[in-house]
Amino acid sequence: MSEQPLFKVTIDNITVEVPAGTTILNAARKIGGDVAPPAMCYYSKLEGSGGKCRTCLVEVSKGSEKDPRPMPKLVASCRTTVMDGMEVKNITSDRVMDARSGVVEFLLINHPLDCPVCDQAGECHLQDLSYEHGKAGTRYEFQRRTFKKHDLGDKIQLHMTRCILCYRCVFTADQLTGKREHGVLDRGDHAEIATYIEKNLDNEFIGNVIDVCPVGALTDKTFRFKNRVWFLKPMDAHRDCPTCSGKVTLWNRGDEVFRVTARKDQWGEVEDWICNTCRFDKKQTSDWVIEGPRLIDRHSVISQGHYAGKVGIHKPTETFEAVHGGRQPKLLMDIHSVSEVNKPEITLSKLDRPAHSTDFTSNKD
Amino acid sequence: MGVKLLLEKAHVPGIRYFETYRKEGGYRAVEKALKQMDPASIVEEVKKSGLRGRGGAGFPAGMKWSFIAKPEGVPRHLVCNADESEPGTFKDRYLMEFIPHLLIEGLIVSSFALGSNDTYIYIRGEYAWIVDILEQAIEEAKANGFLGKNILGTGFDCNIYVQRGAGAYICGEETALIESLEGKRGNPRIKPPFPAIEGLWRRPTVVNNVETLAAVVPIINMGGDEYAKIGVGRSTGTKLISACGNINKPGVYEIDMTISVEEFIYSDEYCGGIANGKRLKACIPGGSSVPILPANLLLKTAKGETRYMNYESLSDGGFATGSMMGSGGFIVLDEDQCIVKNTYTLARFYRHESCGQCSPCREGTGWMEKILKNIDTGKGKMSDIDLLWDIQRKIEGNTICPLGDAAAWPVAAAIRHFRDEFEWHVNHPEEAQKRNYGLAHYADPIHVPA
Repeated sequence: MSEQPLFKVTIDNITVEVPAGTTILNAARKIGGDVAPPAMCYYSKLEGSGGKCRTCLVEVSKGSEKDPRPMPKLVASCRTTVMDGMEVKNITSDRVMDARSGVVEFLLINHPLDCPVCDQAGECHLQDLSYEHGKAGTRYEFQRRTFKKHDLGDKIQLHMTRCILCYRCVFTADQLTGKREHGVLDRGDHAEIATYIEKNLDNEFIGNVIDVCPVGALTDKTFRFKNRVWFLKPMDAHRDCPTCSGKVTLWNRGDEVFRVTARKDQWGEVEDWICNTCRFDKKQTSDWVIEGPRLIDRHSVISQGHYAGKVGIHKPTETFEAVHGGRQPKLLMDIHSVSEVNKPEITLSKLDRPAHSTDFTSNKD
Repeated sequence: MGVKLLLEKAHVPGIRYFETYRKEGGYRAVEKALKQMDPASIVEEVKKSGLRGRGGAGFPAGMKWSFIAKPEGVPRHLVCNADESEPGTFKDRYLMEFIPHLLIEGLIVSSFALGSNDTYIYIRGEYAWIVDILEQAIEEAKANGFLGKNILGTGFDCNIYVQRGAGAYICGEETALIESLEGKRGNPRIKPPFPAIEGLWRRPTVVNNVETLAAVVPIINMGGDEYAKIGVGRSTGTKLISACGNINKPGVYEIDMTISVEEFIYSDEYCGGIANGKRLKACIPGGSSVPILPANLLLKTAKGETRYMNYESLSDGGFATGSMMGSGGFIVLDEDQCIVKNTYTLARFYRHESCGQCSPCREGTGWMEKILKNIDTGKGKMSDIDLLWDIQRKIEGNTICPLGDAAAWPVAAAIRHFRDEFEWHVNHPEEAQKRNYGLAHYADPIHVPA
C-alpha cells in the first residue's frame, strides 16, 4: 500500500497531523485532554459504530484548504473524516457546548438515574458526561420510560431502563460472534435491545457486551451488587487461555477477585476481547499471573480510592492553555500544586500509602 | 387552465393498461431516449430542464444524477421512492394508481441514463393495491419489449422490481429506504458516504421520488429547454399538489407553479375556497413537516408581495415568515381548527415514527409530544412554551437524518406564529376545552367571495 498522505487539522487551536481518512474524533484523541469530544456510541474497535448519540458533535469552521467554507450543521466527529487544513471547534464553540448539553439532557430524561444502586456507577460514561456537560436540575416532568429486566443467559442481565441505545452491544454481538440473536426491536423511544424472543446469548465472547456498554444496562451477574468499583483495586493479570488472549484486569479487594474485565484504555475501550471463561469462571487469584496495578485515568472515580506510586495513575494531557491561547486555567485538576492549603512541594502521587496529616506538618518551614 | 404534463391523460379510460397508454402516445420517450440519445445527453437534458426533486427537499434532479459514481465493473442502481408517508401528501399514490405506465416509462429512461439494470420501486406497505397495479404494468411493458433483456433491440437490459415497505415513515428517507430494501432495520445511514457513491449493497445508487421520475418522460419528449420554459425562475415544470383539509375540493392538482396561493385556494379550478363558507386560518403548504403559515403570511409575503405556488415564493422570508414547497401536501386549516391540537397531532406522529437511532430525535420528539398534550388538555404551564422552543432548537440540525428537523419545524413554526393561542390555552385551560381560539389577528386579510 502506498504511503497515506498526512492531513493537517486544527482542533481548538491545536494543530495535529493525521493520515487521510482519520476521523475528527480520532485526530482529537491524538491531541488528548479536553479537546477530545466525548463519545457514548462510537467504539473504535467496532465497525459501523458511532454517529448515533450525537455527543461528539463539533463545529467545522473551515472545511479544508481547498474549500474553506464552514459546514452549516454541527457534524458527528466520530464519523466525519478530516480534510487537509480543516479547522474544528470543539470546546471553544458555544454552539457545540449548547448542543452537547442538549444531548446530555435528552439522554437523561428517560434514564432512571439510579446510580446509587447501579453497578456501573463510578465507571459510567453517562455519569462522566453529565458531570461535565449536564445541568443540576431536570426540566422533564413526566414519567420515565421503564422496562422489565431480562436475563440474557445466566451471566448477563439486561436492564433496558438504563439503556441509551448506543448499539455498541449489537455491533459487538454481530462482529465478535458468529450467530446473530440480538438486536433492536421497535423504534423511537420505545425501542429496546432484545433477543427475539427471550433467548439466551450463548457464545464464548458474548460477555464483552458488558464491557462495551457505556451505562449500566448490561451487567455482569456474577458481580451484581457485590461491591462498588471504586473500592476495588484493578490489577493487570493474564493466564494461558486457549480461546482468548487471556489479558485481563482483575478487580480485587484484598485477595478476593470480585470481577474480571477486559483491559480498557484511556478512552474506556477494550484493548483485547476476552472470553466468557476468563470473565465469569476464573475468580481465584491462583488462576492468574498478576502483572501489577492497572493504570486508570485519574479523572475517573475508580482511581479515587488508590494512591499513586504503586498503583500508578494516568495523568491526562492538559490542553487548556493551548486551547485558550495561553490563558492559564483558574483551577487545574492537579489541585495540590496550586492550592495554598497544601504545600506545593508535597506531591501526593509520590507517597506510596494514604496521605497523613504528618506528611504536611513535618514539612512545615 | 394551466399546463398539464403528468396528469393530462390520467383520466383517459383504460390508460392504466398498456394498449391505451401506447395509443395515447406512451413510451415515445423510451424510444427516443434509447434509440436516439446516449445516457450522458439524457442527464444533460434533465439538467437543462431544471427539474427539482419532488420528494420534499427540492434538490435539482440532474445534479443528483451527475453525482453518481461510475466505478468499473460495479453495477449501479436506480431506486424509486414511492414510500409516500408524509401526512397530507398523496400525489404519488394518485399518479401510480391512475397512470402507472408513466412511472414505468420514466423509470426505463432514467435507468438507461444512469446505467441501472436492476431498478427498484420501494412502495409503502399501505399501498397494497398499487403494488398489483404496478406489477401488472411491469408485466405488460415486459411483454411488449420495453423491459427485460435487450430493450427495443438496443442491447440495454433493465428489470424493475417492486418492493413493499412495512409501514415506517422513516423508510421514506433515502438511506433508511436503502437499508430497508436490503432487508435490514430501516435506520438512516450516516452520511457521507452519500448513496450516489455507496448506496444499495454499497453500489452507487440514485433515489428519486415517483413524481420526479415521471417528469423525466415529458422532459425527454419535449426537450429540457422547452420544459424549463414552463414555470418561473428555478421552479420549472409542473408540480402535483395534493390539497386537503377544510377546502371545497380536496384532491390532486397539477399546477405549473405560476399561480398564486390565493388563486390555488379560492379558484374553482383548484381547491374551490374554504369549505362551509368559513375563513382561512392557516395552511401547511408542503406536507406536515414544513412550517405552518398563518393566513396573513400565506397569501402575501412579509414584504407584501403576492405569494406564488413555487419553491422560491413559498420559502420567501426563510423560516421566520415563510415555509417550504416540500412534497406538495397542501393542508388548509379553517377558523375552527385548533393550532395547539394540530401541533400535538403532528408531534405525536413524529414521536411514533422516530427510528430511535440518535438521541435528540428519539428522546426529544417524545418529550415535545408530552408537553403539547399537557397544553392541549389544559394542564400546561407558561414555561412549557419556552421549553418547547428550546427542545425543538436542540433537535433541529443535530440529528442523523432530516426526521429530526421535520419534527422540530412544525412545533417551531406553530409557536412562532401562534404563540398567543398557546398562551390562551395555558391561561384559559377550561375555556380551551370548550371552544377554539379562532382567528385573532392572523385572519386572512383578503376579501372572500361569498
